[in-house]
Amino acid sequence: MEYLRNEMKMEFLALSANEGFARVAVGAFVAGLNPTVDELADLKTAVSEAVTNCIIHGYEQQEGKIWLSCCIEGRQVEITVADTGKGIKDIEQAREPLFTTKPELERSGMGFAFMEAFMDEVEVVSEPRKGTSVMMRKTIGEG
Amino acid sequence: MEHKYEKEYGCLILRMPAELDHHQSEFFKEEADQLLLKYPVRSLIFDFMDTCFMDSSGIGVIIGRCKNVRFSGGYVKAVHLNEQINRIFQLSGLKKIIEVE
Ligand SMILES: Nc1ncnc2c1ncn2[C@@H]1O[C@H](COP(=O)(O)OP(=O)(O)O)[C@@H](O)[C@H]1O
Ligand SMILES: [Mg+2]
Repeated sequence: MEYLRNEMKMEFLALSANEGFARVAVGAFVAGLNPTVDELADLKTAVSEAVTNCIIHGYEQQEGKIWLSCCIEGRQVEITVADTGKGIKDIEQAREPLFTTKPELERSGMGFAFMEAFMDEVEVVSEPRKGTSVMMRKTIGEG
Repeated sequence: MEHKYEKEYGCLILRMPAELDHHQSEFFKEEADQLLLKYPVRSLIFDFMDTCFMDSSGIGVIIGRCKNVRFSGGYVKAVHLNEQINRIFQLSGLKKIIEVE
């Protein structure tokens, strides 16, 4: 397969209706890498988790914008999802499975756990009152 | 929610939405809770026949709907999971608390 280098960036409102849009957009963008059904599901689930977190936690369902970028380098996909919302005080604690600050909304606290399970690498950068950025990488076609 | 549920012999079958994410969960939760209020059934079946996607939002939705049924000693089951949803059930530990068929 020829070496692919491609990149896209998008900006959209923090509306729950855009969760599905973000998943489909990333799915379509990586189609050239011929991901398997499982790999595609992994990417979509990770994107869904990151975007949903911006909406529910970053902006607490108030107005806001979300930035999503996707970069393809060979067989590696790098996805970054960012908000300028509330930010995270303790990132290590936030990443623990089952930890959630919104149990009243029936959140399961499994979002970061899924991003970690479905992607090869997950990096979180966040500052209270400034926002959060989640960068995730996955190599496609490793079998 | 017509045609989206069936009720027989104290068992409610809930047809899950096409994509069980945060967005579609909100509508589903409301409808499901209304049904559970109207028909205080002993058993609950989540039917994923029409569902192609689920993320961690779906886990909270399922556990939340189970609670009332479990209090009354009924059983809860999930049916027709696709491969992606099956993995979500496995990874989250949902499989340990809900029978999957
Ligand atoms: N974009 C974000 N902005 C602010 N807080 C966040 C963000 N993403 C995650 N968090 C924090 O990390 C916690 C864990 O996130 P996650 O694992 O997705 O579980 P859940 O969304 O079910 O709470 C959240 O409850 C929240 O406190
Ligand atoms: Mg989450």
